[in-house]
Amino acid sequence: MTAPTGITRVTLLKDLRLEWRSKDAINSMLFFSLLVVVVFSFSFDPTAEESRQIAGGLIWVAFLFAAVVALNQTWAREIRNQVLDAYRVSPAPANSLFMAKTLGNFIFVSVLEALMTPLFIMFYRLRSLGPAWQLLLIAVLGTWALVVNGTFFAAMSLRTRSREIMLPLLLFPISIPALLAMVQATADILNGEGARFWIVLLATYDLVFTTVCLLLFETVLNAE
Amino acid sequence: MKRVFPILSVLTAILLIYALYQALVVAPTEQTMGDVQRIFYYHVPSAWTAFILFFVNFGASILYLIKRRPAADMVALVSAEVGVVFLLVNLVTGPIWARPVWGIWWTWDWRLTSTLVTWLIYVSYLMLRRFSSGGQTPTLAAALAVLGALCIPFVYFSIWFFRTQHPQPVIGGDGSIDPRMMHALLINWLAFACFAFMVCWSRYRLEKLQRDVNQAHAMASLLAPHGSTR
Amino acid sequence: MTNGYLFAAYAATWIIHIAYLGTIVSRYSRMKREIAELKRPDVRS
Repeated sequence: MTAPTGITRVTLLKDLRLEWRSKDAINSMLFFSLLVVVVFSFSFDPTAEESRQIAGGLIWVAFLFAAVVALNQTWAREIRNQVLDAYRVSPAPANSLFMAKTLGNFIFVSVLEALMTPLFIMFYRLRSLGPAWQLLLIAVLGTWALVVNGTFFAAMSLRTRSREIMLPLLLFPISIPALLAMVQATADILNGEGARFWIVLLATYDLVFTTVCLLLFETVLNAE
Repeated sequence: MKRVFPILSVLTAILLIYALYQALVVAPTEQTMGDVQRIFYYHVPSAWTAFILFFVNFGASILYLIKRRPAADMVALVSAEVGVVFLLVNLVTGPIWARPVWGIWWTWDWRLTSTLVTWLIYVSYLMLRRFSSGGQTPTLAAALAVLGALCIPFVYFSIWFFRTQHPQPVIGGDGSIDPRMMHALLINWLAFACFAFMVCWSRYRLEKLQRDVNQAHAMASLLAPHGSTR
Repeated sequence: MTNGYLFAAYAATWIIHIAYLGTIVSRYSRMKREIAELKRPDVRS
């Protein structure tokens, strides 16, 4: 019990510390999100009513693209330093590494969301008519859905041709139920309805895919 | 064994022709939509066949993850590829049917959207197979197939709920069906299932040959004397 | 007029299937040729 969580904690803290020093991922994600917001703003000039309808889609598309930026660099450091080979021969459970990477990505993307949300509220004059705490729940569940699959697919894409395009190519189709839930739940909550169905769907999706990714990660890591 | 393939091919062709006859002549004309409704006899069996093939892909992928048999990997590849072709037929015949009946080529209704997403998932599977490096392809593909197959129920369920909240005209109709139409539908399904089996068999033979060729190439470069090129 | 769409749908179906079968057949004959060449003892060695 201590060994796996120990490895997870150590790896996670290492990644957070390295990121805090360089701020590579967070800076590129932030800038990218901002660009997406600005480009979207050219397509329409919404009223407050319209904003509530479309904000869900806009916000999550921006976060999705930003998440891909973070996910693409998940394993970059490990590859550069042959760390993955070390993990393959060590008795340390591969899942600890996977959880550390997923948690790290989750934190990075969550920080991005926390920074971007005030900007979105300001740019699109958003005000929630429904229970705003549910928005937080959606954000947590939705981000986890993107990040758990994304970290898994990032590991899969490592030795493929066109690695950077392979990740979104694999991630987007499979994420569609989760994305639909995030977008619709956000729109529903902003418009004053509850989103209980979408929350349950997202929670189930997270449970299923986290389990399967954990079951298959070691296989994928050792594939050759 | 060698003669089985041509015999079955001919039988399948005959069955397909009979099914076509059923669809165009025997089945009664639909009341509201007219003759164009007969697209249904090709549109629906294509989807059903594709999903059977994707189920085979799921099974073969799991088998590969457990037993690591190359044959399982080949079955997975073949079933996914042929499934994508059949689902493409469904996605193309859908709008061709929708246009005269509902006046629109496409709508994000429950069935069309879910089918499109399923198609995208399996196309991404085929892309992974194409872009990954040789040794790890079977394992990675099998893992992706498992994730993809588990995703399908979520796709259909989430989009269904979305569409009950925001209804759209449902392409393909629902509700009761004349027994003669059901008969024609099932015959076409049987015919296309047999056809799918023959296509898979052909694709499997090609894949086997392809792998033999790759192996022969590998051997040739290993045994080639110093200085010769290939 | 609706028969045009019916014909188009059935035609599209078979065009797709025949095109796919075509790629299988052409790749198969190419592979057959390649393996025959490889099996033939190399004259240059």
